[in-house]
Amino acid sequence: MKRNITTMIFLAGLTLVGACGEPGDGTSAGTESGGIVEISVVGSTTVQPLAELLSEAYEAIDPNVRVTVSGGGSSVGVKSAAEQTADIGMASREIKESEIQDCPEIAIHTIARDGIAIVANPNIDVDGITMEQAREIFSGEITDWSEVGGTAGMITVAAREEGSGTRAAFEDLVMEDALISEMAILQPSNGAIRTTVATTPGCIAFISFGYLDSNTKPIAVDGALPTAENVSAGSYPVVRPLNMVTYGEPTGAVAEWLEFIVGEDGQAIVVAEGYLPI
Amino acid sequence: MTSGTRRTGLEKTMKTILIVSALASLLIVLLIFIFTMEEAMPAFRELGVWKMLSGTTWRPGNGEFGILAMIAGSGLVTLGAVLIGVPLALGTAVFLSEIAPGWIVKIVRPSIELLAGIPSVVYGLFGMVVLVPLVREIPAPGNAGFGLLAASIVLAVMVLPTIANISEFAIRSVPRGYKEGSLALGATKWETISRVLIPAARPGIVSAVVLGLGRALGETIAMIMVIGNSVVLPTALTGNPLSIFLSRARTLTGNIAVEISYATGVHESALFATGVVLFVLIMLVNSSAGFLLRRGTH
Repeated sequence: MKRNITTMIFLAGLTLVGACGEPGDGTSAGTESGGIVEISVVGSTTVQPLAELLSEAYEAIDPNVRVTVSGGGSSVGVKSAAEQTADIGMASREIKESEIQDCPEIAIHTIARDGIAIVANPNIDVDGITMEQAREIFSGEITDWSEVGGTAGMITVAAREEGSGTRAAFEDLVMEDALISEMAILQPSNGAIRTTVATTPGCIAFISFGYLDSNTKPIAVDGALPTAENVSAGSYPVVRPLNMVTYGEPTGAVAEWLEFIVGEDGQAIVVAEGYLPI
Repeated sequence: MTSGTRRTGLEKTMKTILIVSALASLLIVLLIFIFTMEEAMPAFRELGVWKMLSGTTWRPGNGEFGILAMIAGSGLVTLGAVLIGVPLALGTAVFLSEIAPGWIVKIVRPSIELLAGIPSVVYGLFGMVVLVPLVREIPAPGNAGFGLLAASIVLAVMVLPTIANISEFAIRSVPRGYKEGSLALGATKWETISRVLIPAARPGIVSAVVLGLGRALGETIAMIMVIGNSVVLPTALTGNPLSIFLSRARTLTGNIAVEISYATGVHESALFATGVVLFVLIMLVNSSAGFLLRRGTH
């Protein structure tokens, strides 16, 4: 009895300890059962909705493929690919140096690019700010809208939580060495951020282009509004890659699906969803 | 003879089954504690227990993992919930057990039980779209509505059913003689309730409040939605010390839930350490309840 319990704890412990490339062998290829190939995709919640659409579109072309997409965040995505607990990991940021060092076998496939828009509550009368002002607003140095040319009123900063790919990319591209203010309201998803900005007077935040809608007001950065045209023209500066990560170079159905994504049809879906093609 | 042996056999089997079930919960608690502790060890070892407990800065990106702000956040929001929720719950309990006519009890009690059945994410949503804008109307610099006050109100409503139900049961369990004796001596109804029934039901009421405290400390999703999640030591926004409740904060549970899906390495371990602190905090609350109960019976 006692030994049984000890064994169970030991086994439970084992399944929790994963290492780079341990559970399976070979490269990402999907799992075949009964003629149907299953591809598991895990990671960034920014890439997730896009990946779901791309999987539906591909399943219509090749009915023998099932793609299951689940969230978890960019770090989880990279980790899952490295540990081969998923065929593909999604990451909405550059892959970190440390992650490549931990598992040099991972292959990175950029499937789209995404702009990060600075948005404010619709009642704000400021249309644009400079990169410098953005940095000072999000670090808490500028605290009133009158300092950036608007009607006087308190600025409430909202941001994503530590570890989010959107936050990491925003810190890289906008904040440089400055830190996002500790007073910022933190919400754990793009959707919650959008609701917060829409309902809180004087609120400013950053969200993925894919979540832009009429509930929030996009703010121009250095004179360029967050639009796909401005990104293509090179005038909108806050852009990050959306990546799919595999363990080794992919083969079989996984490789075919990734080819579909970067191909003409896949990229058309990317554009239709408000993201930017590669 | 045979039936006697069979009975002893049954007695023995039942006894063993009961002991095993009692031990199972003990074992589960122990296993969870050991596992959490083990996962938290790297953080404790690398950063130092005291440094983590007393640190006010939480920036995993810079390797800073102070959780004092979260301890304060959890403590204050629970205090707020108790200040709002306990009088409300006690009032409900006294009303239902002593004052309300039967037909009102039949309407009110099920609706309180219904409160207990509402998922916490619904409370959170309600807080986010209704309470937060209301709190925002309070004029104070830096008040954006998200913060301890909105969270305390949501939490007070969430612990209300627990505290009200158990307190009502405790008051009903006071022997009839106490009440009749008090009334016979000429005490008014209110005097009987406040001087006889509530003191006599005190152990039950204390356990009700402690159970509510436990629930409050553990609540997660509704808190994340209304408290703002900023890692700051709550401070009063105006000269009035009560305005500390307008400050944003983060709870221990919220810290784990918001960041666990992204965390790796020391960051992940530090989140488990947050869990250990929460564990110890709840144990402290429960044992202080035991202490209060013993004092109450003397």
